Amino acid sequence: MITRRQFLANTAKGLAGLALPAAAFEIIDPKKLFADKGGKPGLRWAFLVDTYKCVGCGLCVKACKIENEVPYDAKVSRTWVERYVITKDGKLHADSPMAARDGFTTSKIDLGDRGFEDIKAEDITKAFFVPKLCNQCEKPPCAQVCPVGATYQTEDGVVLVDRTWCIGCGYCIMACPYGVRFFHPVYHVAEKCTFCYHRIKKGLKTACVGACPFGARMIGNIKDPDDPVTKIIRTQRVGVLKSEYGTEPQVYYIGLDEEVR
Amino acid sequence: MHVHGELWTLKEFFVLPNEYIYWSVQIVMYPFMTGLVAGAFVLSSLYHVFGIKQLKDMARFALVFSFALLPVAMVPLQMHLQQPQRGIEVFMTPHFTSAIAAFGIVFSTYGAIVASEIWFVYRKYIVEMALSLRKKMDKTLSEKVLHLVYTVLTLGAYDISEEALHKDEKAVKVLAGIGIPVACFLHGYAGFIFGSVKANALWMTPLMPVIFIMSAVVSGIALCILTYTITMEIKKFRATRSKSSYALYQSKEEIKGVELHEIRMTSKYLVFFMIFAISLELLDLIFRGYTAVKTWDILRSVIYGRDFTDIFVLQYGVGNLLPFILFLIPGLTVRRSAVASILVLFGVFMMRWNVVIGGQSFSLTFDGYMHYVMPIIPTSIETFKEGLGGVLTVAALPFILFWILSKIFPVFGFEKTAH
Amino acid sequence: MKSHVWRPLYVVVALVILILAVRMFYVPKDFGIWERGYMYGFHRKGSENDWKAFKVKYKFDNEDCKDCHSDKYESIIKTPHAIIKCENCHGPELDHPNDPPKLTVDKRRELCLRCHYQLPYPTSGRANIMGIDPEKHNPGVECVMCHNPHNPTLEGLK
Repeated sequence: MITRRQFLANTAKGLAGLALPAAAFEIIDPKKLFADKGGKPGLRWAFLVDTYKCVGCGLCVKACKIENEVPYDAKVSRTWVERYVITKDGKLHADSPMAARDGFTTSKIDLGDRGFEDIKAEDITKAFFVPKLCNQCEKPPCAQVCPVGATYQTEDGVVLVDRTWCIGCGYCIMACPYGVRFFHPVYHVAEKCTFCYHRIKKGLKTACVGACPFGARMIGNIKDPDDPVTKIIRTQRVGVLKSEYGTEPQVYYIGLDEEVR
Repeated sequence: MHVHGELWTLKEFFVLPNEYIYWSVQIVMYPFMTGLVAGAFVLSSLYHVFGIKQLKDMARFALVFSFALLPVAMVPLQMHLQQPQRGIEVFMTPHFTSAIAAFGIVFSTYGAIVASEIWFVYRKYIVEMALSLRKKMDKTLSEKVLHLVYTVLTLGAYDISEEALHKDEKAVKVLAGIGIPVACFLHGYAGFIFGSVKANALWMTPLMPVIFIMSAVVSGIALCILTYTITMEIKKFRATRSKSSYALYQSKEEIKGVELHEIRMTSKYLVFFMIFAISLELLDLIFRGYTAVKTWDILRSVIYGRDFTDIFVLQYGVGNLLPFILFLIPGLTVRRSAVASILVLFGVFMMRWNVVIGGQSFSLTFDGYMHYVMPIIPTSIETFKEGLGGVLTVAALPFILFWILSKIFPVFGFEKTAH
Repeated sequence: MKSHVWRPLYVVVALVILILAVRMFYVPKDFGIWERGYMYGFHRKGSENDWKAFKVKYKFDNEDCKDCHSDKYESIIKTPHAIIKCENCHGPELDHPNDPPKLTVDKRRELCLRCHYQLPYPTSGRANIMGIDPEKHNPGVECVMCHNPHNPTLEGLK
């Protein structure tokens, strides 16, 4: 026969015993431990662009459009290359004709409806190319503003669009500070760079990385300290685009200039 | 193959490949229509909550008109969706970190409040109509339909005793009281949709929701004055033609007196809210110029250069200053107030235009511009929806709805027409 | 609660129940909050598999071409063009040689001009590539008339 006191004490012990494993589980839960970088420990895709190496051939854009079935002649693209030409008067001249799908095969700068502007070689002080693609932000404003949960971030940090669920409101397009989003001309839903999710998940490089003859584009796992991309990001001076928006972009650039937009 | 936006976007200088005017004139119409809804409701509440007796006739009118405008506020959103059939998903899987997601809920809440308020205001009339139609033998088809409508509308409550009606009045007061913050929230939150887009240098300001609310009230009152005037003019016209019992007021002169009185009262509130709205807008402008952060260079070139006519001539000049003067010159006449109201509506529309289109008229590179060429002649469904055709459709809808609604809920003097 | 005043509320409650009921059938079962939380990870899980199942077109592995096209492979490997992937000019491999049995080659001048249009851009890799002005250098003629892309050095001229 047990007394009332014993009963209460036992109950308390029992409850504590039950609660303990739960608490321990909470502490060692690996998901929580790696919560700072989100998702599974060990995998977070990141991209590295070396602007010194880029020659503006646009083969990356061509490959991306074909690989990802973005209509070839549509004036939108998941990735593009920008040309920056700075002249002696300190002025910036920049363009990205047809997203540089066909490269830069003229010295004339495309001003859209303002026609073309020819720059004399002797007036140039610096000029270079900057490839652009989705920054797969750690804090993607596009995913934040999607009203229906059609765009989201995967465990390994890639932002994707659910083509069966997107209502096509365009809020994500407005929210992206990098202008990487557009409406797919065939599916009429928001479209963006996926880091070639179907390729990287099979162990392949993205189409743009594969197509680049000059090694200007690289993709890697930023959580793996032995990854060549991670090594460069950790040991060299790299920059990101528009960090002032607090999006924590995961496309890193070597040789970024203050003129780069 | 055209991509969405290409048909109406002109690009100049350095613009990113994927940048277009994605939010076109339908998204101008959306805050404009929402603003009218909120404004009309606030006007009606001035009577119900604060007991401003002079607005009695206008209040009932504004309430029904607000209800007619309500579904129309959603039409521009539907029309601009690339997948309109999926619009329901906003209710199904709302993602509340998005400013748009709460829209479905706020909008429905507001709709429920307005509908309930109308129900209480018109309950006596609904019950009387339902009972009188029930008694009537050999009904025509339209009478049969009306009988069904009124019977459903009673919601099974046939008690119109003095006590019950008193409860109705109380309910109206409570609902109108809740309605004001909800109306302000509904529209302030339309401002939040824009104000919270950090990627857009023109939109991102915490003042945006407040500016939107103020201009909403202004536009709502202006539209009520205008529609009220038109309705009264029609009544006057009918009253002169036949001395039927159609109108509450017997003679043309009598109608005229009431009309002028109501309009003078209402326009005072209009001017009051207008001062608020303009002050806030100017504050925003001055602040941007004074702090002059990185984006100011491109914003200045848009505001004082490319969009100068749209902003300073059309919005502030024709849309604000001119009606302001018209309202303030002593001896306000019905005709003058109508003209001024049209100008105010135009001014608020231009304000929406300058925010929505203006915010997209410069590139994310801060080194290029985009120009929206509104499609006038529709060549496809897309250019109809996002062009003049779509605007006119959206603008006409509330009047059609109001006409239908006023068949069920007579807006003026229903106490006498009901048997 | 007997009062008629609550009638509109009943209607509202009925509507809410209706929406919730529709929701049960309309929303896919795997729709929910996943790894990245409600702000960034609210989605239909199956969508990730949709993307993973997307068809791969490019292999971008020159070793893959080596066995059948050993002559071209051996030739280009010794030249500066070794860095270019076969598929950049010959198009995506897909399931070649089964499907498609033959790849199409892009022989247009524009293809070569992507790199060899002379742009003397300092601080860019482009400045180090031999370039031409296509309006002055044999206009209208395909580059491959004289140059062998698999052996592009001037000694390799046809």
